[in-house]
Amino acid sequence: MKLKVLVVALVVAMVSSCGSDGKKSDKKAAPKEEKKEVVEVDPMKDKGIGPITSVTLTEIDQAMADKGKAVFSAKCSACHKMSKRFVGPALAGITERRTPEWIMNMILNPEEMVEKNPIAKKLLAEYLSPMANQSLTEEEARLILEYFRTVKEK
Amino acid sequence: MKTILKSLLAITVLSVVFTSCGNGGSKKGAQGALSGSAAEKVYVAPGEHDEFYAFVSGGFSGQLAVYGLPSGRLFKVIPVFSVDAEKAYGFNEETKPMLNTSHGFIPWDDSHHPDISQTAGELDGRWVFINGNNTPRIAKIDLTTFETTEIIEIPNSAGNHSSSFVTENTEYVVAGTRFSVPYPQRDMPIEEYKGNFKGALSFISVDPEDGAMDLKFQIMMPGFNYDLSHPGRGKSHGWFFFTTYNTEEANSLLEVNASQNDKDFIAAINWKKIEEYVNNGGGTKAPTRYAHNVYNETTHTATSTIKEEVVVVDPSEVPGAIYFLPTPKSPHGCDVDPSGEYIIGSGKLAAELTAHSFTKMLAAIEGEKFDGEAYGIPILKYDEILAGAVKQPGLGPLHTEFDGQGNAYTTFFISSEVVKWKLGTWEVVDRKPTYYSVGHLMIPGGNSRKPFGKYVLAMNKITKDRYLPTGPEVTQSAQLYDITGEKMELLLDFPTIGEPHYAAGCPADLLKPNSKKIFKLEENEHEYAVKSEAEAKVVRDGNEVHIYMTMIRSHFAPDNIEGIQVGDKVYFHVTNLEQDYDVPHGISMIGANTSELLIMPGQTETFVWEPKQVGVWPFYCTDFCSALHQEMQGYVRVSPKGSSVPITYTLDGDAVDAE
Repeated sequence: MKLKVLVVALVVAMVSSCGSDGKKSDKKAAPKEEKKEVVEVDPMKDKGIGPITSVTLTEIDQAMADKGKAVFSAKCSACHKMSKRFVGPALAGITERRTPEWIMNMILNPEEMVEKNPIAKKLLAEYLSPMANQSLTEEEARLILEYFRTVKEK
Repeated sequence: MKTILKSLLAITVLSVVFTSCGNGGSKKGAQGALSGSAAEKVYVAPGEHDEFYAFVSGGFSGQLAVYGLPSGRLFKVIPVFSVDAEKAYGFNEETKPMLNTSHGFIPWDDSHHPDISQTAGELDGRWVFINGNNTPRIAKIDLTTFETTEIIEIPNSAGNHSSSFVTENTEYVVAGTRFSVPYPQRDMPIEEYKGNFKGALSFISVDPEDGAMDLKFQIMMPGFNYDLSHPGRGKSHGWFFFTTYNTEEANSLLEVNASQNDKDFIAAINWKKIEEYVNNGGGTKAPTRYAHNVYNETTHTATSTIKEEVVVVDPSEVPGAIYFLPTPKSPHGCDVDPSGEYIIGSGKLAAELTAHSFTKMLAAIEGEKFDGEAYGIPILKYDEILAGAVKQPGLGPLHTEFDGQGNAYTTFFISSEVVKWKLGTWEVVDRKPTYYSVGHLMIPGGNSRKPFGKYVLAMNKITKDRYLPTGPEVTQSAQLYDITGEKMELLLDFPTIGEPHYAAGCPADLLKPNSKKIFKLEENEHEYAVKSEAEAKVVRDGNEVHIYMTMIRSHFAPDNIEGIQVGDKVYFHVTNLEQDYDVPHGISMIGANTSELLIMPGQTETFVWEPKQVGVWPFYCTDFCSALHQEMQGYVRVSPKGSSVPITYTLDGDAVDAE
């Protein structure tokens, strides 16, 4: 009886490998049905998804922050204002609401973040315009983070 | 025992599964390992990529179409010689200069023969060149952006047909005239054609670094029709071969009068010898006028320059550089095999295909085996240079490509077929019908030292009943054949734009990694670019108004503009601030006498609007860009001429601001 099950399983395996016709499986898997997220996440513990796994913060580096402000003005300010909601959320005080890693991952890896990260998914549902990937480098994202640290919520 | 039986059963079932798997589910095992249903062979599953790119000439559309093979799916129509409202090519201020000529702005041409650049005789995938036949021009398309980046007009030429083929290291792209014309052009009786009309063969050098083209020299040949050409390769590198017809030099009813001679010629040109002559100061600097148009990817802007001089070479000045190879009956195609030894001439009206031997040609030149001369150019003896002939291959041979396995494939227009034959033995191996009246054919790399002999694409002149009828005008048609077996197998029909002439193909892997995804904002040097909303502004200069505008998902900045007057000339200079792949935005203005703009990430484009009516007029984004695309709009207030309403511009009620 057990053997029969095994045989059926093997045949099924063969048939399905046949169906894929030896093509390399480098393509993306079809989107799966996502389970409803019910777990509340503490935003100050969520590092998000992306290349940044750990950021160590020290004293604010004003020179870095100034450079960050310049990058922000050029690449981000069309959609984000510091003091008010615009196309995207207001950003004053953001470093008190999100981890440094989450902020940088949202800048560097927005497509995956809005698809998988519960906080980012919620933001997309609220704002509808997806966070644009502006193809910044990790260094530029880090400069912007430094700039964000200098702007407190009023 | 039961267990053994079950195991046996299991093995049997598994072998059945394995067997059917190995065959690809086909019952035609007898036709070879690669046979299978035609549908499977051309099926590219959703999300998968094709194995080859095919660049198919758009014929009288003037464009170049990009298809995937084997699927036959159309990916892009690259505007080259004709305006394209979809992409604003020839409509926006940046690309209008691309279509400038010595005759002024021309919105159309007839594109014929694409050819991919080569290094050491193999495709290198940097550029594709194509000729405009009607107002003679050669265009270069950059294969990182799939955009036309350079067009050079060819003076002293008419019906630019034996073009645009590249030499083995893309030293030159070559353009030959089909129609001979008076040289220099002048007011003269047509019946005095003989001896007064000349056929210019133009050699355009290509800079190995940036691809910049320069018309290096023109050879002023006798007044025949120069029909097609191909470069020597390998051993024959340094030579170029051109078919001729109308060696009768008829100027009327050519259908009859240019078909009198038993043999016309293939002109063999030792271009290295002529290049050396020119480099040493040879040739005559002759006055002329032609346009040279260059698109700069950094400024996103084209410029057009009129040039007024060209170096012309009279064949008699360089003895030993040019010979005529007699070839039966108005030869059309002129194709050189991957080794460079055989030059195939397809006499349109001949009963056989002619293969000349390059080795024998050199020996005949050495031994002075001449059969007279024409206008001082020696005619080699036919029997001395002939390698062989394919006997009774079909009716109306046109073009030949090669698979790199010792086989050649020739199209026959009159008998509507592709014929496979062997180089060296000249025996016919297979023939397959085409539907109908095939012209050119293409094997990826089939005009190089290294063909990728998996498919041949046949491009037909007549479509008739192959698709659902669409009134008197029906689509143009191409057909794909599998050539991996001894016999060819027809796999697919697919429609094409315009009338396809030649095509060029290459493996997708040669281009895919180099394809550009965005233009970097930092590198944008457009004169009117603005790189953040803070810099957006509106500036009046007399009756000209320049709007420096930005766009990002999903708004324009500024989006409310006042102070425009009837009679103004309003320039919208619009920069797409996105830096993400596949997020273009469009913009169009009610009543603007031009096309939309379709602006890629990091790019700036400009359109001009001359408002004629007082009112408040909207503009909007034409490319669905996000969930809030329908919100991407703005207004311009137009006041009467002389109104005192000042120029103001805002976004969200504020003067445009960064923070």
